[in-house]
Amino acid sequence: MSDAKYFQTTKRGEIHELKEELHTNDKSKQKEAVKKVIAAMTVGKDVSMLFPDVCNCMQTPNVELKKLVYLYLINYAKAQPDLAILAVNTFVKDASDSNPLIRALAVRTMGCIRVEQITEYLTNPLLKTLKDEDPYVRKTAAMCVAKLYDINPDLVKEQGFLDLLIGLISDPNPTVVANAVASLTEIAEASGMSDIFTFAPEALMKLLSALNECTEWGQVYILDAISTYRPSDAKEAESIIERVIPRLQHANAAVVLSAVKVVLGCLQLCTNAESVKTYIKKLSPPLVTLLASEPEIQYVALRNIQLICSRRPNILANDIKVFFCKYNDPTYVKVEKVDVMVMLANERTVEQVLLELKEYAFAEVDVDFVRKAVRAIGKCALKIERCAERCVAILLDLIQTKVSYVVQESIVVIKDIFRKYPNQYESVIGTLCENLESLEHPEAKGALIWIIGQYAERIENAKELLEAFIEEFADLDVDVQLQLLTATVKLFLKRPSNTQGTVKEILQLATTKSNNPDLRDRGYIYWRLLSTDPEKAKIIVLAEHSTVQYDPQKVDNQLLDLLLHQISSLASVYHKPTSSFLVNTGRQAQPTQQSTNTSGAVMDVMDLLGGDLSSSAPSQPKAQQPVVNDLLDLMSDLSFQPTSTPSVDMVGSHSLPAKMNSLLTADKGGGMAVDGILVRSGGKISYELQFKNISAAGPLSGFAIQFNKNFFGLTNAVALQVPTLTVGQSQTVSLAMTCKEDKTSPATPSLGLQVAIKNATGIYYFKDTIPLEVILSENGRINGPEYPQLWQSIPAANQVHTSLMNPRSLFVDIGLGGLGLEWFSFGQFFHRGFSHPPVPPFTTFAFFRKPVSSFLYLILNPGTTE
Amino acid sequence: MISAVYLINLKGEILIYRAYRDDVSRAAADAFRMQVLAAKEFRSPVQVFEKASFFHIRSSNVYLVAATRENVNASMAFQFLFALVEVFKGYFGGAFEEEAVRENFPLVYELLDEVMDFGYPQSCSVDLLKTFIMQEGQQLDPGRALVAASLAPAQVTGAVSWRREGIKYRKNEVFLDVVENVNLLMSSKGTVLKSDVTGEIVMKTYLSGMPECKFGLNDKLMMQGEGKKGGSGSIEMEDVSFHQCVKLGKFDSDKAVTFIPPDGEFVLMKYRVSDNINLPFKVSPIVKELGRTRLEINVKVKAQYSSVTGLNVIVRIPLPPNTAKVTTTAAAGKAKYEPETSELVWRMRKFPGDTEYALSGEVEMSARIEDKKPWSRPPISMEFQVPMLAASGLHVRFLKIYEKSNYNTIKWVRYISKNGQYLNRI
Repeated sequence: MSDAKYFQTTKRGEIHELKEELHTNDKSKQKEAVKKVIAAMTVGKDVSMLFPDVCNCMQTPNVELKKLVYLYLINYAKAQPDLAILAVNTFVKDASDSNPLIRALAVRTMGCIRVEQITEYLTNPLLKTLKDEDPYVRKTAAMCVAKLYDINPDLVKEQGFLDLLIGLISDPNPTVVANAVASLTEIAEASGMSDIFTFAPEALMKLLSALNECTEWGQVYILDAISTYRPSDAKEAESIIERVIPRLQHANAAVVLSAVKVVLGCLQLCTNAESVKTYIKKLSPPLVTLLASEPEIQYVALRNIQLICSRRPNILANDIKVFFCKYNDPTYVKVEKVDVMVMLANERTVEQVLLELKEYAFAEVDVDFVRKAVRAIGKCALKIERCAERCVAILLDLIQTKVSYVVQESIVVIKDIFRKYPNQYESVIGTLCENLESLEHPEAKGALIWIIGQYAERIENAKELLEAFIEEFADLDVDVQLQLLTATVKLFLKRPSNTQGTVKEILQLATTKSNNPDLRDRGYIYWRLLSTDPEKAKIIVLAEHSTVQYDPQKVDNQLLDLLLHQISSLASVYHKPTSSFLVNTGRQAQPTQQSTNTSGAVMDVMDLLGGDLSSSAPSQPKAQQPVVNDLLDLMSDLSFQPTSTPSVDMVGSHSLPAKMNSLLTADKGGGMAVDGILVRSGGKISYELQFKNISAAGPLSGFAIQFNKNFFGLTNAVALQVPTLTVGQSQTVSLAMTCKEDKTSPATPSLGLQVAIKNATGIYYFKDTIPLEVILSENGRINGPEYPQLWQSIPAANQVHTSLMNPRSLFVDIGLGGLGLEWFSFGQFFHRGFSHPPVPPFTTFAFFRKPVSSFLYLILNPGTTE
Repeated sequence: MISAVYLINLKGEILIYRAYRDDVSRAAADAFRMQVLAAKEFRSPVQVFEKASFFHIRSSNVYLVAATRENVNASMAFQFLFALVEVFKGYFGGAFEEEAVRENFPLVYELLDEVMDFGYPQSCSVDLLKTFIMQEGQQLDPGRALVAASLAPAQVTGAVSWRREGIKYRKNEVFLDVVENVNLLMSSKGTVLKSDVTGEIVMKTYLSGMPECKFGLNDKLMMQGEGKKGGSGSIEMEDVSFHQCVKLGKFDSDKAVTFIPPDGEFVLMKYRVSDNINLPFKVSPIVKELGRTRLEINVKVKAQYSSVTGLNVIVRIPLPPNTAKVTTTAAAGKAKYEPETSELVWRMRKFPGDTEYALSGEVEMSARIEDKKPWSRPPISMEFQVPMLAASGLHVRFLKIYEKSNYNTIKWVRYISKNGQYLNRI
């Protein structure tokens, strides 16, 4: 009968009924009941309250029932640590059952129950099962050591489990060896001590021989472990390669890629050029074969092939055809294939590649992929000079399609070609200018404006073209505005006769009508340059700029080294160091190097001088844009599209999780631990604090609290009242807080809060952060459309002071959400009468992102007019 | 390593959640479900949400998702998910669907417990798993179950982990199917841009005991390994990959394919050939756009094989999406316009060797309101099956089976060439 029926019970009193059924003597009924419990667990219902009742069913000879009970235990033991002990006896008994399956099951499950108390009971069964006569039990026990290490590393070291595990590497059974290797690698990574698992050459030999016999997954574990081994000399490296190369023929892509990783690692040590060549030759067919697997595997393979080709471009140079896109490849595969095609293209093959790319640009439907293909054509032009002319011809064909995104992308690409090969292809400018109207994307607009400015002397109607853009100045993107400003100045310098009015207009616009400091500053600089010495201005603005270079590598060399050692891993798929996508769980501290991006800072200066460095790295991913830009975008978005930001009651409406932060740990607080959080409800601020006495010294008494001067003048409204705490006791108090006007408060805005707590044993200090929503008043909100008005109402003559607090961390947060800013709302700092010298009344706006994990925070100083 | 495995249906509901570590919760999949499954269109099969990485594949109406917070081996994660599908299919009788998961959830959990430990994949061989994890309906009586169960571990961990001992057949038979998928990309001018054959040798074995098989093809390298000259009848394989039962070391040293096969059906090897391929069909298309609302089509298909017959040959000719009326005359088979896919589909049940069929037609299109992008002219694709033809020229030279009891084996070898991506640009 179908088991789906178990999902259908939703009636009341269900739990009670289940309880009864679990205690029944009818074994089959009992099993039904456990299945119902598991079904409830599967759909996400909390059935942890049945813990003792389910444990009751554990003692059973029925393996299927036992497995279900064990599954339940794994899920809920953590919620019921005390009750989990109930299960221990059965586990220990099962661990010496006559049936090896039961022994293995017990050890495997016990390791999954992450309750500290259980670990002591686990020690003995684990010691025994590691030496079990049955390999199935041994391989399970080997894995269990890693589980135990995760819960209690000291216990593993004390009990000598590590040595036993290392001993298992010499086990006669290959599967046991594989799991032991996996387990050791895991422990080595978790501990950050790679020396736990030091490879003696003998161990290496054992691993290599186990390689031939273990399961496909086992081969992956062993190969990954071998890849961390550094051979002592070329001879050893070659012998490893010889042993590993047969694995390249395996049907499992993971085995193949791990083998490739080992071979590439060892190749670094090989000195004999001839043998290196032979080995390299053997690598390419298996890599190509990976492209015949499922698309997901292809994707992983392609991302890795890009890395491998960055280091060894010759490896697949003759196989370029296999990277041609198939019509029904998923887009994510096609995009990666195009990257590889460009990487591999050379003088001989580029013609073919261009034909393909042209085909994609014309025939494909996916907009992003078509863009990618157009960009790729541009990259080919930059990479191989001989084909540049052909590329320009194709791009012109593409522009003739009049499909707006194709046209736009083509113009951006042509701009780069102009910069790389100046004075060669300018004859096409006329065609480009004809397509002015179809440009919507800022990057395309910017590119065309740059071209107009750069070749102003050849474009007869340059002035009219630029004036058309100037008319819609206010609606342009900041980046486009910057380009337009520079282009107009160039136009003036090249053809001063009738363009004075135009340049004046744009300088006026840039300096007075914009909220963007970059634009204003640039406007002022040009203005001064032009009014001081136009000849000098010419030298500066019309200076020769560096040419664009094709950069074949997707990542820098240092990162590439790192990633090549991690082939097939997530890092190699993301092309990022592990630190960028893993939480720092105290696990291995990888030597991480962020691919540094300095161009962001330099960009503005360069751009000012007529260059445009941002385009010099066409492959630069968007996420690496300088942080400040995001901020400015954010502001411009807000001021230009006020109606799209609904006003939402922000303050006090969030039911924040009342999760307290640990403020003071017992070891720093003389046995007193303090957790707490600042909250605001009903217009009142309170500090929810929990005091715990974990000292050995006896009861704690005489509690008092004091707050250091802080920006908001936040302090306690009443005295702290905590009763005497005996050892082990804890007490939660709600301390009413208030904001007091205080002339001596620090002037620099900060959310920091320094707190001192006194008790009979001494004074303890800690820091907390004031959550912004606590300070913002409920009635201080404004509506979306009002906001820009308010902004505008600030007299321009008054200095506008923008103060950003800790902008880095704020924006890291926002950036992470993939700019998925769902909504903003504005709260007004209630502290209006704040008369801190020399600060007159000011208003604070906070922009919140939901959930309240990040915010942008501006303090506007409207001057004394209010 | 992998922290959790989720089975999620197309609506985004979690059918099964099995944690192997406690750092990715059931709720952690929410962001993934929202942004990947709800979005339908995704840019990568592996993505990071809240610092956890999610791998996903889809099999019929179920997404299989693996989550991790570590720098795991990505290809292994995907391979594992695919292996998981195979395991489930093996247990559910070939079909892995949402319903089957719901109906067999205790079994699913039991399997998930066995195939992965602490996030490390373990043996995924269905044949073996079936020896000690059985569906409720098929459960043996307690005594026998115990015997079977206590036998299992040795094989799970043994050197021949894919075959159990004590298999007996009255009639020992082996079926060997050479299945070739022919890929072609031809330019509109009729030049071959790319062509290759990806082939699979699928074996079905019904053999007793622990038979050792040795097998030879007309591959140049393999023949040289045997000391024979790879003469004119030999082909050149670019790459081969083998089922885990094949002794790779032996293949590397003397190019011999030796193995102890699993019981039942499995893919023994996969290979790729890209030189000297006999393309089964040549398509010569003429698609002329006569003004903005009319098309003229003329497609000729020629069979380039002789003495065998192609079956179920389908030629798919894409037409513009605003096609209104199609009139065709076909020399053989039937041609029909299918508006859902905007294709003119020409079906021929039989296609004898050395023949040529032609199709001509006229297409009328409705005038388009917004004239954005001209018709992209997607390629013509073909589907076909040609039994007893190996497009790569491969043939099986011998298959030897040694077993202690020295029984006689009946061997069957079949060939078939099918379409892979068989595309002609127009």
